[in-house]
Amino acid sequence: MQKKQKNSSRRDFLKKIPVVAAGTVAMASCSPEEWDDFLQQSFRTLSKEEKDAIIKNLEKKYTEKYGKPFTVSAEPATEGILFGYALDLSRCVGCRRCVYACVDENNQSRDPQVHWIQVLQMDKIKGIDLAHADVHYNPETVPEEGHFYMPVACQQCRNPQCTTVCPTKATYQDEDGIVVVDYDWCIGCRYCMAACPYGARHFNWGEPSIPEEDVNPATHYLGNRPRPKGVVEKCTFCIQRVRKGKYPACVEICPTGSRKFGNLLDPNSEIRYILENKRVLVFKEELNTQPKFYYFFGV
Amino acid sequence: MKSLRFLRGCFRIIVSGGRVYYASLFFLLVLVVWGALGYIGQLQDGLVVTNMRDSVSWGFYIGNFTFLVGVAAAAVMLVIPAYIYNWKQIREIVIFGEILAICAVIMCLSFIMVDIGHPLRFWHMLPLIGTMNFPSSILSWDFFVLSTYFLINIVVVTHLLYKQFYKKEYNKSFILPMVLLSIPAAIAIHTVTAFLYNALPARPFWNSALLAPRFLTTAFCSGPAILILLFQVLRKTTKFEIKDEVIFTIAELMVYAMFIYLFFTVSEFFKEFYSNTEHIVYWEYLLLGVERNREIAFYSWASIAMGFTAFLLFLIPKTRKNLFTLNIGAILIYFSVYLEKGITLIVPGFTPDTLGQYFFYVPSDTEIRTAVMIFSAGAILFTFISKIAIAILFEGFSIDSLKKKVSTT
Repeated sequence: MQKKQKNSSRRDFLKKIPVVAAGTVAMASCSPEEWDDFLQQSFRTLSKEEKDAIIKNLEKKYTEKYGKPFTVSAEPATEGILFGYALDLSRCVGCRRCVYACVDENNQSRDPQVHWIQVLQMDKIKGIDLAHADVHYNPETVPEEGHFYMPVACQQCRNPQCTTVCPTKATYQDEDGIVVVDYDWCIGCRYCMAACPYGARHFNWGEPSIPEEDVNPATHYLGNRPRPKGVVEKCTFCIQRVRKGKYPACVEICPTGSRKFGNLLDPNSEIRYILENKRVLVFKEELNTQPKFYYFFGV
Repeated sequence: MKSLRFLRGCFRIIVSGGRVYYASLFFLLVLVVWGALGYIGQLQDGLVVTNMRDSVSWGFYIGNFTFLVGVAAAAVMLVIPAYIYNWKQIREIVIFGEILAICAVIMCLSFIMVDIGHPLRFWHMLPLIGTMNFPSSILSWDFFVLSTYFLINIVVVTHLLYKQFYKKEYNKSFILPMVLLSIPAAIAIHTVTAFLYNALPARPFWNSALLAPRFLTTAFCSGPAILILLFQVLRKTTKFEIKDEVIFTIAELMVYAMFIYLFFTVSEFFKEFYSNTEHIVYWEYLLLGVERNREIAFYSWASIAMGFTAFLLFLIPKTRKNLFTLNIGAILIYFSVYLEKGITLIVPGFTPDTLGQYFFYVPSDTEIRTAVMIFSAGAILFTFISKIAIAILFEGFSIDSLKKKVSTT
């Protein structure tokens, strides 16, 4: 990082002058690393060298903090891939294993608790009716008589409201359709949370805490790397896995096989088969968010 | 040297005052410190010390921000009648209205700063040095119009006071367009702030075309209410002259605003309750509460009751033309709008949340203390700037008075 500072062009430096001036008083007592963090630009706009330097630094920081070797990937989107998801409402039993597999995989804070997936318990006779939906259901065994279950996470909209309202472009839709957050660029205004119709965005109200033994060290910069407090996070379809050709953690864990995932641009993919042969619906279609997350009835 | 003497003169004005002045200043300072001690806790532990959570992700801070945008906007809108009716005091109305606007905008930005998770990253949303999401994000529009408005007001106020200080005529061909520009800018800041909430399809409670018009009418109630009270204080304590008739005319204009506001509110209620769609849940929470959770309903009925009483007091000529009842009405409408914007506008938009789940939000101690800090600091700032303005306008604080002092010593 020190090297990066020296190499940066004069224009970059000039651009930073007002920021330096504004922050001088507040930052007077900070270490050089904190300075670099403060001045870091939006990840998307950085050069490869700058990204590499930041990532190396992050890996070192996380390795020290959690006492095991960390990798932070910046794997970009692959051309010709548009990720899509389908969830079988007739098979889901509401066991919430996906919720906890997601927490483990994606390093969500355990205390305060953050869940990217909310499972809604619905009355069968009411249909998909949010006024009669309950996320805090807690019986001995599931499924309960007369109910069905609808897990909701980020719907990865083609027309996302959250990225439209973000004042800093810290959240954006990547080329493969995944809506990501640059945790180092997010100012924590929570406008995206007001705009999201699916409650898919979560804020780190306090300092996130993950026990050392439970932390997942295989991370992605825009995905499951440990987050600071005061920023927004969300489901990324397990960007650290899917960009390496693996399934999201929730797909792998689901005991009923309700969760399907694949490339919407590949005509032979399972997801395309479902779209063509099953009856699908998207959640809150009247809002024109155009999700890439589909619900369907398999049986 | 001159500017240093000017600053010294200003300082002397600020620290001189009667016992009541010192007592209230001391009281405000105590409140600032008490509030700041609460806010420090939030800086250390994060927003977890507020009662906001994922379900209700905006609360008291954003409500106060919204209210103060209204105050900032309305203080200047009073210039319109002053201009139309050709009131003699138009210069004073412009100056004090714009000083109030300047302080209100500073308080607005403070409420944004305490609300965001990373206040130091604020520069990320600025153009050039950051990546402002313009024109897509309404927040970037809001920032743009608020800062434009702020600059216009600063320029107008300093120009008018500066010229008066040097005993020169102010530049009318420069000031008049600026003042006229500040009026649409005032309307713009409140409209854009309403649009911030208005066009989110995820939040049906705000998704009504009446939101921005309602904002403007409430602003036209709360802003002039403060100025009516302020003018009476100024009239008693300084050489400032304002006839009762002018105050009554302002009150008359406020009645129109209140009537339109009540009418808009009734229209919203009718549409929501008669159509009785799934979106009724927010309105039920607003007015009736859910199960035993009636905190918000309490505030909204208090706001309605105060607003309606104020409307009657202002409507009936006998009580409008009586300064005592008029002042009661002004205070009532101010707090009515405060409760409406500060609490009952934001929270029901999030209750229930987008998945139909209820989280019952009331501000935490930290949020209240932080708000008290900002309001008290804002009040101190307003007092100081007003005191300097009063000295320049009515008490002969000028370049001559400074020269005289130098020659006598």
